[in-house]
Amino acid sequence: MASNLAPRIFRRAFRPARITSQSQCRYFTASARMGSDALQVHRDSPENNAKIPFKFTAQNNKLIDEILKRYPPQYKKAAVMPILDLGQRQHGFTSLSVMNEVARILEMPPMRVYEVATFYTMYNRTPVGKFHLQVCTTTPCQLGGCGSDKIVKAIEGHLGISAGHTTKDGLFTYVEVECLGACVNAPMVQINDDFYEDLTPESIVSLLTALQESAKAVPPTEGGKGALTGEDPNVKSGAEVGKDSGRIYQKDGVKIPSPGPMSGRKTCENIKGLTNLTSPMWSTEVFRKDL
Amino acid sequence: MLSRHAPLPKAVSSISARVIPSTVCAASRAASFSPSQQARGLATVQDAPPPPKRIYGGLKDQDRIFQNLYGHHGADLASAKKYGDWYKTKEILLKGHDWIISEIKASGLRGRGGAGFPSGMKWSFMNFKDWDKDNKPRYLVVNADEGEPGTCKDREIMRKDPHKLIEGCLVAGRAMNCTAAYIYIRGEFYHEATVLQRAIQEAYKDGLIGKNACGSGYDFDVFIHRGMGAYVCGEETSLIESLEGKPGKPRLKPPFPAAVGLFGCPSTVANVETIAVAPTICRRGGSWFAGFGRERNAGTKLFCISGHVNNPCTVEEEMSIPLKELIDKHCGGVRGGWDNLKAIIPGGSSTPILPKNVCDEQLMDFDALKDSQSGLGTAAVIVMDKSTDVVRAISRLSHFYRHESCGQCTPCREGSKWTEQIMKRFEKGQGREREIDMLQELTKQVEGHTICALGEAFAWPIQGLIRHFRPELEARMKDYAEKNGGAALAGGWEHNSLSQGKLIAPGQ
Repeated sequence: MASNLAPRIFRRAFRPARITSQSQCRYFTASARMGSDALQVHRDSPENNAKIPFKFTAQNNKLIDEILKRYPPQYKKAAVMPILDLGQRQHGFTSLSVMNEVARILEMPPMRVYEVATFYTMYNRTPVGKFHLQVCTTTPCQLGGCGSDKIVKAIEGHLGISAGHTTKDGLFTYVEVECLGACVNAPMVQINDDFYEDLTPESIVSLLTALQESAKAVPPTEGGKGALTGEDPNVKSGAEVGKDSGRIYQKDGVKIPSPGPMSGRKTCENIKGLTNLTSPMWSTEVFRKDL
Repeated sequence: MLSRHAPLPKAVSSISARVIPSTVCAASRAASFSPSQQARGLATVQDAPPPPKRIYGGLKDQDRIFQNLYGHHGADLASAKKYGDWYKTKEILLKGHDWIISEIKASGLRGRGGAGFPSGMKWSFMNFKDWDKDNKPRYLVVNADEGEPGTCKDREIMRKDPHKLIEGCLVAGRAMNCTAAYIYIRGEFYHEATVLQRAIQEAYKDGLIGKNACGSGYDFDVFIHRGMGAYVCGEETSLIESLEGKPGKPRLKPPFPAAVGLFGCPSTVANVETIAVAPTICRRGGSWFAGFGRERNAGTKLFCISGHVNNPCTVEEEMSIPLKELIDKHCGGVRGGWDNLKAIIPGGSSTPILPKNVCDEQLMDFDALKDSQSGLGTAAVIVMDKSTDVVRAISRLSHFYRHESCGQCTPCREGSKWTEQIMKRFEKGQGREREIDMLQELTKQVEGHTICALGEAFAWPIQGLIRHFRPELEARMKDYAEKNGGAALAGGWEHNSLSQGKLIAPGQ
């Protein structure tokens, strides 16, 4: 008995001293929701504070009127998401002054706008580079093709930054994101509005190089209105989808790469040849006659 | 079959032994059970002859709804009309909502967004008693917030066949007597939203939608609303919240959206694929669509096959197609052959994983996958070959759900973080065997205790992993123990934490 008790007494005696010497700490915490990888709270900074003025351009004001027509007049605040997006596209990121301006336009409490801006991951509340590079690393991309691990490694090797950072020249902001919905064309990255799919470590590096080259040659374009107006010459549809993708890098005349699969396939078909939809297409003749 | 319904031989003998000698009894028993003659002592139901075994799959191109899946022709209105879209839409609209809904009911279409609720029935909820006495607007909300890992079917519809979707909005909207449709498209799909917006403008210009749509005297508008990156907005009530300009946090049901939905008005949320097939069903007939697939799982379906297959692709196939055939026929097989297969997630990330021995005979439809303790979900097949670290794959999904939990319900917000942390440790084998049971219990505690299905969505993949790959988890823990000189204590503490003087809870 005594032999059992002795070590215990001994241990007890030294316990307080031991506790204070330990760096180990454990909290009993409730985890805050981290919808985006950015900080949840706002901290005033030289480029993001309420004193910086922000006004929508005349062209954007027209678009805002267009957007507001889509929602019932008594539910003006439903337009907060598209208008915040518009503000982000004009200003470069969703700064506090953009949020305040949107709140003023929609006559809603600023806090309601902040709630929305912090909930959704596509509102960048810190400045981003000219190319916002979002790499999908969710399971299908992790497995498919060569796997997103290799893509991540290639990007980090080429840009010299880890996820969540911007390059020194301000060209690239690189983040890892969750599934972007192009799993059949894994692995893929989204650069600004464009999806680049079926990547290999080589093709992502050549893509980044091409973008770096084009950034020097081409002035920044203000795009992104297509979803509201349907007018965007860069957006292809139907048979045009995936045309000219993959053939990106011309040495002399620098060309902005065209989005789509980089492996040579057009879209989501079997790369080795079609397994279906090869026979003549049907039209109205198959329909019932009693319509 | 006979043996199940006929009384047991022992029972027969015990009844008849009272009246006849045992030898006679034995003789009569032998006679009565001869295959040629079915004598029935008790009231039993005559078994129907088993239906002839039908092999599903092998859909003909003539029966594929999405002809432009691989971009044969443009997405403009003229090409869409050439291949049968907007054909006699006016006549369909004029037939009225009962006709459209009965046609959809006859087709056996089940919602393509994951839950598989019968669409005809769902649509009919909008036409409740005295609906026409209410002058509120009514909305159809199309869920194009395609965020489930593995799923990329709606994207192909929107960028190549946008007119199928817009016409679907009109037809489904007519069936529910809606005044407008909102298409909630995920924000990352900028190109798709642009294509869709173009198509909407074309349709407006042609008088197909808007005032007096297609000349039917029915007014119908279609609007696009872009999401901004939140997986949880794919849930119907949070999608409605998001459309109203609020953070996308799911609402409690009831009231169901069919009663109080978008902007407080009756509304119905439906998946893109469900809506896009509706006009073709109406034009080719419900019975045509019902002719595909097994009973109660009718129709054709877009399957997205990703992961470790030779040629991943999206394909429209018949429901109930065997999983093996789907992969072999359209994707060039699993990498390294079918024998190299380890596991498959059959319906998007939130359905439980299936090991190879289940996959061998698996049919791809709602009921067959439910019987295998998984689900069809969005029919996004994620294939994993033997080289896959399956624990890591599921652990990555746990990370995804932790990231996407909206934070409204405690079990989901906290549970998704805990499971992520535990899975991170299990990847390395850093844990105890009994912690596997604790993890299982944790997921069971979350399931059903949250407002929306995200709680289930992150619990199921883990339950599937434990159900089928428990030996792998245990082997990893043993491996870790060997490498580190002792098994980790529960919570991931090193085996010698106590002697290092760390404060760990007793009983580890």
